[in-house]
Amino acid sequence: MKALFDWIDDRTGYRRLLHEALNENVPGGARWRYVWGSTLTFAFFLQVVTGVVLWMAYAPSSHSAWESVFYIQNEMWGGWLLRGIHHYTAQFMTLLLALHLLQVVIDGAYKAPREVNFWTGILLLLLVMGLSLTGYLLPWDQKGYWATKVATSIAAVAPVIGPDLQRLIVGGADYGHHTLTRFFALHAGVLPGLIIALIFGHIYLFRRHGVKSKRPHRRPDAPFWPDQVFCDVVACLAILAAVLFLTFWTHGAGLSSPADPAEQYEAARPEWYFMFLFEILKYFPASRDFLGLNLEVWGAMILPGIVIGLIVAMPLIGRWRIGHRFNLGVLAMAFGIFGVFTWLAYAKDAANPAFQIAKEEAERQSQRVLELARIQGIPQTGALTLLHNDPLTQGPKLFAQHCASCHRFDGHDGTGREVQDPQSAPDLKGFASREWLTGFLDPEKILTAHYYGGTKFAERSRMVRFVERDVAEFDDAQKEMLRKVVIALSAEAQLPGQAEADAADAAVIAEGKKLLEHEDMRCTECHQFYFEDEDADAPNLTGYASREWIMSFIADPAHPRFYGDRNDRMPSFGKEETLNEKNIGLLADWLRGDWPRSDGQVAAASN
Amino acid sequence: MHTDPATTANDPPRRNFFKQVVTGALTAVVGVVPGLAGLMVIFDPLRRREQASGDALPVTRLGSLPADGVPRRFRVYADRRDAWNTYKQIPIGAVFLRRTEDGSITALNAACPHAGCSVGFSDKNGGYLCPCHDSEFTVEGKIAVASSPSPRALDALEVEVRDNEEVWVKFMNFQPGHKERHPVA
Repeated sequence: MKALFDWIDDRTGYRRLLHEALNENVPGGARWRYVWGSTLTFAFFLQVVTGVVLWMAYAPSSHSAWESVFYIQNEMWGGWLLRGIHHYTAQFMTLLLALHLLQVVIDGAYKAPREVNFWTGILLLLLVMGLSLTGYLLPWDQKGYWATKVATSIAAVAPVIGPDLQRLIVGGADYGHHTLTRFFALHAGVLPGLIIALIFGHIYLFRRHGVKSKRPHRRPDAPFWPDQVFCDVVACLAILAAVLFLTFWTHGAGLSSPADPAEQYEAARPEWYFMFLFEILKYFPASRDFLGLNLEVWGAMILPGIVIGLIVAMPLIGRWRIGHRFNLGVLAMAFGIFGVFTWLAYAKDAANPAFQIAKEEAERQSQRVLELARIQGIPQTGALTLLHNDPLTQGPKLFAQHCASCHRFDGHDGTGREVQDPQSAPDLKGFASREWLTGFLDPEKILTAHYYGGTKFAERSRMVRFVERDVAEFDDAQKEMLRKVVIALSAEAQLPGQAEADAADAAVIAEGKKLLEHEDMRCTECHQFYFEDEDADAPNLTGYASREWIMSFIADPAHPRFYGDRNDRMPSFGKEETLNEKNIGLLADWLRGDWPRSDGQVAAASN
Repeated sequence: MHTDPATTANDPPRRNFFKQVVTGALTAVVGVVPGLAGLMVIFDPLRRREQASGDALPVTRLGSLPADGVPRRFRVYADRRDAWNTYKQIPIGAVFLRRTEDGSITALNAACPHAGCSVGFSDKNGGYLCPCHDSEFTVEGKIAVASSPSPRALDALEVEVRDNEEVWVKFMNFQPGHKERHPVA
């Protein structure tokens, strides 16, 4: 055995290298305050190991980036763990860099002869920030997409070169395949390569000049191994434990819904360490100029540039009599600005109900796309297609945009937001369900805003007159007939949420269908129901609220099959081509509670 | 053995040794843990083994397959999952179908059992030839010459004719390079 090691040592000289690496003199003995550099190296090692494995499963293109990350996160063995470690270690790296910088400046370790080492450190800091920025986009989810889009748009405001610079970064006029391939090459190739080279330089220079020890020394000098290594490794272990704790606690890094350039994403926020910049930009509107440059350039480039410049100049400023104090002041100011604006950004969001709703909506959508991907699998066009074809996702948005100025859905606009305009058409939550129809035929309720209260039918319609006069005076037998009619009419809709109840009440439904033509019920005096009736001028109740019925209704409510010329204000969305057939179908499906569900999940009756 | 308590207390090498072992062990832990998470992901494909389904798939119609004993090549289409994507009716392989004058149909997987290249049928030799390593097979799919590198004959697949019209093949791939057939799933 010894002979083998001797042979290797003879050929490589590894013993001397090991000896030099481990027997570095630590003036004043091992100390906990010296661990930051090692923890950073360890964090970077973690990122390289986890990053390379993530690379094996990641596919950078706008149709596969989100999808492959989804697969890593939800399907691959230990994928969520790996991603979680990579994600949280990145956060810790930012934190550790700040601590490392803080300590170096406070201890005056940037002064001669360590200036060059200080500068390599600052370069490393900037490169790591570059890693954060590029890595945030790679999952191609809404969160990363919009946050990064803001960052690259800021690049475009740079004077003269801005637009070309942005085009270079993005790899074209707009975000797409080449944005991802470029960001990925930077994230996994260029930046780590530079960082590795600089780490070697940084450690070499550090060894050349030795530790800038904190005086006075309380203990004698000691070699690096084992005491200082022990401190370092315990600190690394603590970081690993914290990373693993966060990973298990949150089940790894989040993945919001796939990037959608056409979808407003109000919940767009950068990661916490860039939140201060996000906040600061609000105070530097691009619409105003200062010294011939717009304020955004000042806020996003010149001021941060000055701060970085001041940090870079620290070794030079430090020679000055009060230079060290000045540097401490600069650092305190930088951290102060960071702290105040980070706090401001979060405080504002917490106090902003619109942001909270947007966040919940984004969260729901993220969950939904995972569910859809599991139920349906992801098509070649990507997971976004799943969301675009999903009634549960699109229905509320379409409703909010096209219907909610008059209608409501459970009192809101479908997405959960309040509506300013007064309600002037029925609330369509649970439309055509037994419950909804029972309320509609209730003399107490028909004239509330929930049904016809806000419509022109409130004043002079035979329907309202029938409910208010006839139904109000129904005896028990007639009420029982009406109950059956409601069940039968509701069954025409074949609502998925009512399928079980409809199947159980088959006999009642058959009876109710006949009773619908009973003279006491008076339905067929105006409505058509299965039999041709030329005099019928109220909406045809055959197949009432079925998918086809609702779609035709939305397409043209003024059609003789429905309200004819008695139609109130409702536009003919299909006829006027305000909505295409696909969107009308999505709305109809959503109103009917008809969307893909996981196995065993029962459709809620009222949804 | 007698030890002097005074020297034990001030025995740096021994204390040092203990600390060295602990430090070494901790270093191993922080080094190995991330690697383990990575290994799980790397070994994920070994975990994904499904039973080879060998579903019968419609390949062609009798009209496209004259009873002249000449093998014809057909693509096989099926729904497939490829990692995160679900595909509808994409080509998953090819078969040679051959209908003889007595009306019987045989099917051969077009993948060479040697190294998985796609074999071709040559009218001139009246047999199959693999373009990669020159494996030769007879028109029935058997190994044609002793020097053929393929360890086994071309893989025969089950065929059935449905509704007197459609030709269905139970399509399967087999591990190349082995003498025996091992289905790949």
